[in-house]
Amino acid sequence: MSTFLGIPKVLSKITGAPATKAEPGVRGTHHQWVNGDPIPENTLRWGASFPEGAEVTLKNTQMRKNLGYATTTIRNKRNARVEEMPDWQDLRNAASQIKSSTMSRLPELLVQMEENVKAHGGIVHWARDAKEANEIIYSILQEKQVTEVVKVKSMVTQEINMNEYLAERGIDAFETDLAELIVQLGKDMPSHIVVPAIHRNRAEIKEIFEREMEDAPEHLEADPRALAMAARAHLRAKFLKAKVAISGSNMMVADTGALSVYESEGNGRMCLTLPETLISVVGIEKMVPSYEDIEVFSQLLPRSATGERMNPYTSFWTGVTPGDGPQEFHLILLDNGRSKTLANAVGREALNCIRCGACMNVCPVYEHVGGHAYNSVYPGPIGAILTPQLLDGRDHHDPVHTLPYASTLCGACGDACPVKIDIPGILVHLRHEITERNRGGIPSGWDIGMKVSSKVMGNGKLWGTAEKAAKLGRIVAGKDERISNVPWPVSAWTRNKDIPAPPARSFRDWLADEEKAGHEPTKAKATPAKPAGAHAAKKEEN
Amino acid sequence: MGAREDILAAVRGALKDSPYPTPEVERNYRMEGTDAPGSEPVIADMIEKLEDYNAVVVRTNEAGIEDVIADFLKGLNSVVVPHGLKDSWKEAAGRDGRTVREDSREANLTHKELDETDAVVTASRVAISLSGTIILDGEPDQGRRAITLVPDTHVVVLRASDVYPTVPQAVRILSENPTRPTTWIAGPSATADIELVRVAGVHGPRNLRVVIVD
Repeated sequence: MSTFLGIPKVLSKITGAPATKAEPGVRGTHHQWVNGDPIPENTLRWGASFPEGAEVTLKNTQMRKNLGYATTTIRNKRNARVEEMPDWQDLRNAASQIKSSTMSRLPELLVQMEENVKAHGGIVHWARDAKEANEIIYSILQEKQVTEVVKVKSMVTQEINMNEYLAERGIDAFETDLAELIVQLGKDMPSHIVVPAIHRNRAEIKEIFEREMEDAPEHLEADPRALAMAARAHLRAKFLKAKVAISGSNMMVADTGALSVYESEGNGRMCLTLPETLISVVGIEKMVPSYEDIEVFSQLLPRSATGERMNPYTSFWTGVTPGDGPQEFHLILLDNGRSKTLANAVGREALNCIRCGACMNVCPVYEHVGGHAYNSVYPGPIGAILTPQLLDGRDHHDPVHTLPYASTLCGACGDACPVKIDIPGILVHLRHEITERNRGGIPSGWDIGMKVSSKVMGNGKLWGTAEKAAKLGRIVAGKDERISNVPWPVSAWTRNKDIPAPPARSFRDWLADEEKAGHEPTKAKATPAKPAGAHAAKKEEN
Repeated sequence: MGAREDILAAVRGALKDSPYPTPEVERNYRMEGTDAPGSEPVIADMIEKLEDYNAVVVRTNEAGIEDVIADFLKGLNSVVVPHGLKDSWKEAAGRDGRTVREDSREANLTHKELDETDAVVTASRVAISLSGTIILDGEPDQGRRAITLVPDTHVVVLRASDVYPTVPQAVRILSENPTRPTTWIAGPSATADIELVRVAGVHGPRNLRVVIVD
């Protein structure tokens, strides 16, 4: 019964029923996960709904300041790097077609990938869900008798909550990406898929390092370089002695069996190269058909993600290479809701995502609420379409059903997406599915509002009366011409946003006046919508 | 049914009910640059991009390679070389009394030995001027991936004729041996994880020094 507009709270007061059904492991003690809480069991669904999460994060002004600064910087960098590419649109078109063609042939490409990895000495596992993937990882680690592993930043290991799973079984998984290290040491949650600690500033990071890093240098300065060097020293010993590393992959190449990791710091190379055993967990959709296709994504990904011409390090490997790098390689192909997503003829385009984060960096909603408000490891516009699909969360009792509403539908995400995913279109499609899925039962305030407004809008007389009545809104709005706090049911809207005051004159009034004055507005050169425009038109005619 | 069969069946089922369109991939993007590989504008562009990444670049001819290598290594005490590196380059690496350690797939240096080594000298496979990227594919003159990762300074020799303007041109060459372990370097190592301020040098080599040979 809950909706984005916050109606359930009111309704629950009336009906006395809880707004959302409490499910063990789904809802925490807070409306939203906050620093210091135990890490949620399900990383795709942390707890509360988006509006509840946003209500908490919007109050964190420091976070908003950090985030606003960061997204502005990254947006400007990205725009500059995209502008210097005359064939950007051609690359986007090719990328979109490559991904569509990958999805249409996914079963055969997966088998081809498996064969090629095996042919080069790798071991391939298949995992239906997070639990199965974790079990496979754990059994390999048990066999290797290790209690520590190093890992490359990877969204899919976040998705399956691998670190927590291993920690419960006595194995420490050390994050080696600087941002992930900051998040891990700070007992925090990532808030962005490329820059997970984007919500933190240097002073906060210094404080985290001093508190949590046992070998942090004395008198650490709150300076990005000093902090990065502290992380270097902290992790070097771990890299050199690690027996097993765990990674994801940005892209698998079916026709050769190659996997890739695009990164900046060299921590990825350390993990992929130094340990004896490498385990890569990869979503089944992270595939391209041919080696040639990497030329497209190697141009789109770095410019979209961090606004660089190229990320400092990119690694490709196929199975094992005798004498060079890990001599045992495990590839775990993970479904975890992806085949379900693929079955949705409209929404499945979300699987084309290459996880560059460009949509987050341009999203006005993300910029204001931050990644934590989405209550999923996949925040922002892509998360808003991916999370509900992976979890099949369309029911009003499921907090993730609110995610497709976490958008102004301004379209910036679709324009920024390097693989041309129609994010706004899918958001609308999912909203429709959610509405259809939840028909019947006690109507919500929103349902009632819609019914009433369609009655009024469908009847000329009623509409005229409504227009007259709306003028009262100018008094309510006051000097700043914004209506912000009104009683239910309109509060469902004004709780989250202001309503601009209605205009002093309605269009009908203006039209009637024009006709009285003997003008022929239907033939007017410019049809003015506002009284100001009407004066201008009059002048012209005089 | 096992997980493999289950997943494949689920994916097939998802596509059977509503097949995904299979468009012809239109590759209308730039395949080749306007300038020839290794031509003056391409090299100038490559140098500009490398310097933007804080790499140090010196251009020389065939006869000058050894001196540039030795210059780049001044002040350092030890250097690792892949066993397939040209002998005269190895000799240059060992000038001024530097310790030279050879590494190969057959005889690996230990991680500890690499960590105690100041620098590495390698050749390279191919480079891309559009993005200032140098690519190694693990052949005997470039060595194992670990040797260009652990020491703090990487001196890499790049032949001008191997510098291509576009990514597709380089990928075409790499696709001749697509299963080799391949490392693309647009470095040195860097991070922008703190307030998006770029800091050069985190875990990989903090110094990238490039010899471009005409």
